[in-house]
Amino acid sequence: MTSIGTGYDLSNSVFSPDGRNFQVEYAVKAVENGGTAIGIRCKDGVVLALEKLVTSKLLKKDANKRIATVDRNAGVVHSGLLPDGRHFVSRARDEASSWRGTYKAPIPGSALANRMGAYVQAYTLYNSVRPFGITAIIGGYDAETELSVDGAVGNGPKVGAGGKTQGVKEGGPFLYMVEPSGLYWGYYGAATGKGRQAAKAELEKLKLDPKEGNCISLEEGVKEAARIIYVAHEDSKDKEFELEMTWISSMSGPTKGRHEEVPKALREEAERLAKKSMEGEEEEEEKMEG
Amino acid sequence: MQQTGMLGEDGIHIDMNHLKSGEVNLGTSIMAINFKDGVILGADSRTTTGAYIANRVTDKLTQVHDTIWCCRSGSAADTQAVADIVQYHLGMYGVTNDEPPTTQTAAALFQELCYENKDSLSAGIIIAGWDHRHGGQVYAIPLGGSLHKQAYSIGGSGSTYIYGYCDANWREGMSEQEGIAFVKGALQEAIKWDGSSGGVIRMVVLTAKGAVRHLYLPDRNYEGPGTDKP
Repeated sequence: MTSIGTGYDLSNSVFSPDGRNFQVEYAVKAVENGGTAIGIRCKDGVVLALEKLVTSKLLKKDANKRIATVDRNAGVVHSGLLPDGRHFVSRARDEASSWRGTYKAPIPGSALANRMGAYVQAYTLYNSVRPFGITAIIGGYDAETELSVDGAVGNGPKVGAGGKTQGVKEGGPFLYMVEPSGLYWGYYGAATGKGRQAAKAELEKLKLDPKEGNCISLEEGVKEAARIIYVAHEDSKDKEFELEMTWISSMSGPTKGRHEEVPKALREEAERLAKKSMEGEEEEEEKMEG
Repeated sequence: MQQTGMLGEDGIHIDMNHLKSGEVNLGTSIMAINFKDGVILGADSRTTTGAYIANRVTDKLTQVHDTIWCCRSGSAADTQAVADIVQYHLGMYGVTNDEPPTTQTAAALFQELCYENKDSLSAGIIIAGWDHRHGGQVYAIPLGGSLHKQAYSIGGSGSTYIYGYCDANWREGMSEQEGIAFVKGALQEAIKWDGSSGGVIRMVVLTAKGAVRHLYLPDRNYEGPGTDKP
């Protein structure tokens, strides 16, 4: 364990002499024990996936959902202390709704991540509170098409507004990860929780940079996400788990710009392929030995 | 029945004595149009206190962001205050979100202020703006605080005289010159017939190139000087 008895780990608002905040580091430990959560930013959408460890045989299957919808176009998956995650989600919903109240439009992913980062960071400053015991992945889609102002009437000119700059593309899929310190970055692929190392190694193999071309599609992303969760589960094979997956596409894609659960048929197909690829790898390993 | 803003009990007739004595009013002709490359805002320049012309060269075209402007009608004090608040919010939006606000953002802010304070405001505002993503857009917020996206919009007391003119002469996708001629023609008629409109014609053209002001004087038959930028 890190430094026992220095006293600098007892309070949030106190730095250790070498400039660390131990409470935040302990919060990271809490996250490292949670089930693996990942997010993949594909060419035409985002997938969020979670390894939900089954803590009791008495829990109803496919119930107790853990990936939350924050606004029509954004979702959150988190790893770590569950109740902390619920509080995070509740705040994210408040932020999304307050943005809509002011600007009559959905909150952009960058603004949501920024506000949630600031919120989490505030819990590292005061000794009356403790930091969040979660790392949260925020995924969603900023509309590329023109959205009307909430509640506005009329459409403007029939031929469309004049003077648009040609070739300007705005909006698109977004993926952010917020850590207990409040630090957040935008990612192509994000992973957190117990199996994050294995998951990151797999994510790095994927083609996710849209600038390089042949960036994977949303449907491929769903299959990869399922496979990665299965790979990440390898180290805790003895424990049972459920795979929870949500996705979001553009207005013209399969989810019509909404964050929703991956349809059962598609998820089961992805799981079948994931299991198959795992078996395949095992066979190869055996061959190597032989 | 409770009164809603300036509307009388029947919901049709306007309380002509709603102004406090000495309140400055923009008995006005304002308009904004979409054209091929963006939007054009136009307005007369008369401000009245009752029958007295308090200002004959008023600027009713107010900037709230780089290429988002508005035309103000109703109480000068109310609309200036509302525009100031929106300008502040759009400025903050620009720096906190690291990208300029869109015309929609401005329209949403204007509407919230006009709707929530409808009982104490007399403000009829037209918002017109240009941004990379949406090009030109025109929104109207009449007295009750509703929000309307329009191809073109006319407002103020003088607008009642030019509904026919605009309907007959309006075309989609006009060039800049055609757009200026349309706005100028409409406002000339409004000024001619409306006693509370008059003075010079001011315009602002909003395109990818930014904002350009125009001025047309009555003693030059509204033909110039136009703009000092080529």
